[in-house]
Amino acid sequence: MTRYVFATLCAGFLTLSSLLTGCGRNRTMVTMAGSTAFQPFAEKLAEEFMMNRADVSVTVQGGGSAVGIQSALSGAAQIGMADLVNLPPEAAALSKTVVARDGIAVVVNPVNPATNLTMEQIRAIFNGTAANWKEFGGPDKPIVVVSREAGSGTRSSFEQIVKDIKLTGNAIIQDSNGTIRETVANDASAIGYLSHGLLNEKIKALTVGGESCTTAAVLANRYPLVRPVYLLTRGAPQGAAKDVIDFMTSAQGQKMIQDSGLLPAK
Amino acid sequence: MKFNSEKIVHYTLLVMAFSAIASLALIAVFMLKEGLPFILKYGLGKFLLGSTWEPQSGLYGIFPMIVASIWVTLGAMLIGAPLGVAGAVFLNEFAPRPAMRIIKPTIELLAGIPSVVFGFLGVMVLAPFIRVHAGGPGLCLLAAAIILGIMVLPTIISISSDAIGAVPNSYREGALALGATRWQSTYMVVLKAARSGIIASIILAMGRAVGETMAVIMVAGNAVKIPHSALDSVRTLTANIALEMGYATGMHRHALFATGVVLFVIIMILNSIASAAMRRKIGKS
Repeated sequence: MTRYVFATLCAGFLTLSSLLTGCGRNRTMVTMAGSTAFQPFAEKLAEEFMMNRADVSVTVQGGGSAVGIQSALSGAAQIGMADLVNLPPEAAALSKTVVARDGIAVVVNPVNPATNLTMEQIRAIFNGTAANWKEFGGPDKPIVVVSREAGSGTRSSFEQIVKDIKLTGNAIIQDSNGTIRETVANDASAIGYLSHGLLNEKIKALTVGGESCTTAAVLANRYPLVRPVYLLTRGAPQGAAKDVIDFMTSAQGQKMIQDSGLLPAK
Repeated sequence: MKFNSEKIVHYTLLVMAFSAIASLALIAVFMLKEGLPFILKYGLGKFLLGSTWEPQSGLYGIFPMIVASIWVTLGAMLIGAPLGVAGAVFLNEFAPRPAMRIIKPTIELLAGIPSVVFGFLGVMVLAPFIRVHAGGPGLCLLAAAIILGIMVLPTIISISSDAIGAVPNSYREGALALGATRWQSTYMVVLKAARSGIIASIILAMGRAVGETMAVIMVAGNAVKIPHSALDSVRTLTANIALEMGYATGMHRHALFATGVVLFVIIMILNSIASAAMRRKIGKS
C-alpha cells in the first residue's frame, strides 16, 4: 500500500506542473511520465511530433516505471511509460502498446579477451558458482560481478529472463546504469549488465549464445535479453494521446527510435 | 512598548528553538512507527543477527551491514584520529601564527566539500589505486575507510583544537619551568588535560562516519556480506537504506525503516558518550 504513496505524490506533482505550464495557450496537453530509460527517446519523439502539430503540447517526465503505471492509472499522465518484462497486476486495467524494445547488454572491460557467454554461463557467473575468468577463455583472475540494487527494473528484467538467479553475495551493487558502466570500465575483471542504449567504447558487450545485441538479432528474436517498453493508457488511447502513440509507433517514429540507439518494437 | 517587543522576540525565538526539537521528535516518532512493528514481527534477534539480506525471499538479516558499518567506522578512526589530533596539536602548540592563518580556513574548507565529491575522488583515484596495488575489486572497505578518515578530519581537528586551546597557559608554563621540552609539556601535560575533549571529538567523528552515505555508496561496492579482509566489498547500514529506498515496497520498506531505527540508536549512544566526555572536561577545568 505504502508504495503508492510516493507514486501518488509524484502523480499529483505531475498534474500540478502540467496545469502550470499549460496555462495561457489554447493547446491540447498530453503528459507522458514513467521509465527513465525511455524518457530521453520520448522527449526526442515528442519534439518531432510537435513540429507538425502546433495544436498539441507534449510534456515528457521521468519518475520510473512505477510512477508511469501509477500516473496512467490515476489519469495524472495521459500516457504512462514502463519497461518491465512482466507488468505488475494493477497494470492489467491499462491498455498497453509496445513502442520500443530495450536490449540488456552483458558487458565486460575491453581488455577482457572473453567474447561470448551462454545463458547457463551467465547464470553461473551471477550465482557465483563460476568465479574465475579462466573458465571462459580469460586470464586467471576472479570474476567481479556487478549488479543493480534489489528492486531495480533492469535487474528484475535481467533476472527474469536469465532465470534462477540467486545473486552471489560477493556482487558489487551499483544504483544506476551509468555507475555500472563506470565500474566495468574501470575494472578489468568486472562483468555487469546495462541498457543497450548506454553502450559505449569504454566497455565491451559480450555476445549471448553467439548473438550480439543488435537490431537485426533482436528483430529475429535471436538475442534473448530483451525487454519491451510499454506506453500505457487508461482505456484505448484516444484524441491527442492516440495521435502521439500513433506517431511513435509509425514507421517514421520507429526509425527515429532505431537511429537514436533503441530497438524498434517490430 | 519596549516591553512588548521584548516579549515578541522572546516568544519568537522560543518557537524557533522548539521547532528544531519538534522536528527531531517527529523524525523519531515516524521512524519508530514505521520500523518498530517490523522489528516486533520479524524478531529483533533475527533482524540484528541474521546474515542474509534477500528482500525478494523475505529474509532481512542486517548483521553483515552492522559488521560493515563498525569496520568502516573503526578504519576511518584509525586513519582520521591520529591525523586529526596531530593536526590539532600542531596548530595549537607548534604552528607559527601566519601558518595557522592559512591552515585553519583550509580545514574549514575541507568540511564544506560535498560528500559526493569525496566519493567521486574515491571512485576515480583511490579505488583503481587499491585494485592495482593491493588486488580485489578496489571498491572496498579500505577505500571507504580512507575516504571517511579524510572526511572526519575537520570534525576532529576543530573540536580537539578547541579543547587544547582551552588548556590554561599556566599548565604549559609550569611544565616548561620544571625543565620539560616543548614536546614533553605538550605530550605529558596539555594532551592529558585536553583528553576528554579529544575523546569527544573522536566520538563525534565516529557519528559522522557511521552516518555518511553518499561517499560510502560510491566507494564501498555495496556487496551484502561479512567482510573477511579490508579489500572485500561491503555495504553499510546507511548505504542499504539509500540504495533500496526508491523501489522498496511493503515489508522491504519497513525493514529499511527498521535499519534506520538501528542507526538512530547507534548515533544516540555515540552522541551521549561524546557529551558525557565534554561535560567531564568542563567540570574539571
